[in-house]
Amino acid sequence: MPAKGSTVEANDSEEPTGLAVLGFGEPADEAGPRRIEARLSGSDRFYRALASTGAGITLLIIVLIGVFLLLEALPAFRAAGFGFLTTQRWDPDSAPPEFGVAAMMFGTAVTAVVAMLATVPLALATALFINEYAPRVLRATLTSLVDLMAAIPSLVFALWGLFFLVPWLQPIEGWLVAQLGGTLPFMRAIATGSSLFNAGLVIALMAIPITTSIIREVLSQAPRHECEGALALGGTRWGMITTVILPFGKTGIIGGSMLGLGRALGETIAATLILNIRFEIKPQILETGGITVASGIAVEFFDAQELGLSALMAAGLSLFLVTIVINLVAAVVVERAKAAG
Amino acid sequence: MTTQESEAPVTGQPVGGTLRGVGVSAWFGARKVLEGVDIDMRAGVVTALIGPSGCGKSTFLRILNRMHELVPIATLGGSVLLDGDDIYGTALPITEVRRRIGMVFQKPNPFPAMTIGDNVMAGLRLTGRKTANREQLIEESLRRAGLWNEVRNRLGAPAGGLSGGQQQRLCIARSLAVRPDVLLMDEPCSALDPTSTRRIEETILELKDQLTIVIVTHNMQQAQRVSEHCAFFLAAEDEPGRVVEQGETEHIFGSPEDPRTADYVNGRFG
Repeated sequence: MPAKGSTVEANDSEEPTGLAVLGFGEPADEAGPRRIEARLSGSDRFYRALASTGAGITLLIIVLIGVFLLLEALPAFRAAGFGFLTTQRWDPDSAPPEFGVAAMMFGTAVTAVVAMLATVPLALATALFINEYAPRVLRATLTSLVDLMAAIPSLVFALWGLFFLVPWLQPIEGWLVAQLGGTLPFMRAIATGSSLFNAGLVIALMAIPITTSIIREVLSQAPRHECEGALALGGTRWGMITTVILPFGKTGIIGGSMLGLGRALGETIAATLILNIRFEIKPQILETGGITVASGIAVEFFDAQELGLSALMAAGLSLFLVTIVINLVAAVVVERAKAAG
Repeated sequence: MTTQESEAPVTGQPVGGTLRGVGVSAWFGARKVLEGVDIDMRAGVVTALIGPSGCGKSTFLRILNRMHELVPIATLGGSVLLDGDDIYGTALPITEVRRRIGMVFQKPNPFPAMTIGDNVMAGLRLTGRKTANREQLIEESLRRAGLWNEVRNRLGAPAGGLSGGQQQRLCIARSLAVRPDVLLMDEPCSALDPTSTRRIEETILELKDQLTIVIVTHNMQQAQRVSEHCAFFLAAEDEPGRVVEQGETEHIFGSPEDPRTADYVNGRFG
């Protein structure tokens, strides 16, 4: 799809010659900049069309998802009004209907924050270990291991979390609650285990491999001659990492973390299995209960009546919008970081 | 234009360290690239390593401050003594070896996102040392590298905006700021224009009373202009590089004993 009115334009009226000709030769009769034209070859035009079509289809799908969700969600928005954002309960098919995303959004935010707090340091440390500290013979193996982990279905992580990690954490969390619950309100809990915190940790398990993989790949591109410069000044390996590798890779670290966050926001099966689903805002993050948007949709879907379905679409649309906003913010952050050097 | 800059404070500067390669050999995997190199690099003297491409002179230089081992398949034999201590032993920490034996690379490699001033101070930060007077050290190092007058008003600008020759002199200033005893230079002018090359050569001549300098160069005139001692490396086909001849630079260029040296310094091959 050639952009009409742009300064570079394909001249379709001429026979393709197989050469792209840039018209720099003609003398300009005015001092101002001249118009630059280019005759594109047939293959150039073909591949441009191919790439444009692909990009167009992708954008179209995203727009269609948004439009579909919006249309389906409209009845629910009409029924709930502004309360959709503030209501914790989820009874769309009762009379009168009472439902909102407040509890789900809260749970999604808590699990995402917990997941990212666990994912980013672990992924960064793993990436640095593989690239800079691991014995050379192990590097290739570790790299493929991490990439392989990124391909494991999330259900497997969720089951491991449910039957191994969460029971194993139970005594530690019980101790923490006993020690800190008295002074820190969010550490209080009557029962631990199926909590938002644990769901966040299991989601972190799924986000770590992909985040590690991307960060490691980006950091491995750090210019070697700058690394050698740092070492040649008498720097330690850690000095080289903080002076050259991390400043070089900061945009990649942000980008990789955002992909991990995307996975954390949308993760369904882990939260559904771990959480003892309760539609309520639960600031006590270690206490059993809570709900996320994705797990709420999964749990409520089968029993949903007409307005119930519409309400779930509305919840899905909310998550869709949150994801888009977060990615836009991330894009701005990455651009800023790039501009800063 | 360098007369003011050569008035850099030199009081209390170390005169330099003595570096001695003893029977140095090197391999990349199974391929032997260097064999039995013995060179004395005396304190306060500029030693030039010359020879055609692939003769192992850059490899030898990188062995002198433990850069060689950063290549995954690289190994070496023999020893390198800095004032008598084996740098490949445990007498000195590796970071101390590299601080005392600084290196300027073929391609200028300042840290592009850092400011000019921060680049000069990077070595101190990397070695975890503090300085009482940051401004004074920056000025002194830049003066010694012959860059002060060009950048004195933009020390806060990013180093990436300097020209290639200025970047290379910034790298020299960065190396000097950690007060090395020896400065290794790996074809420091090969990526630079003639004017920048001349500035760097002037810098070398100004520095030579303050520390030991070892320079690898492909440029015969440069070796003659800046060095007092000279070693000629040569590798025959399918054989590792060796030192064919070494001695006073004047002697190597004026009346070499080996016919291969005479052929090379007179431009008949290489």
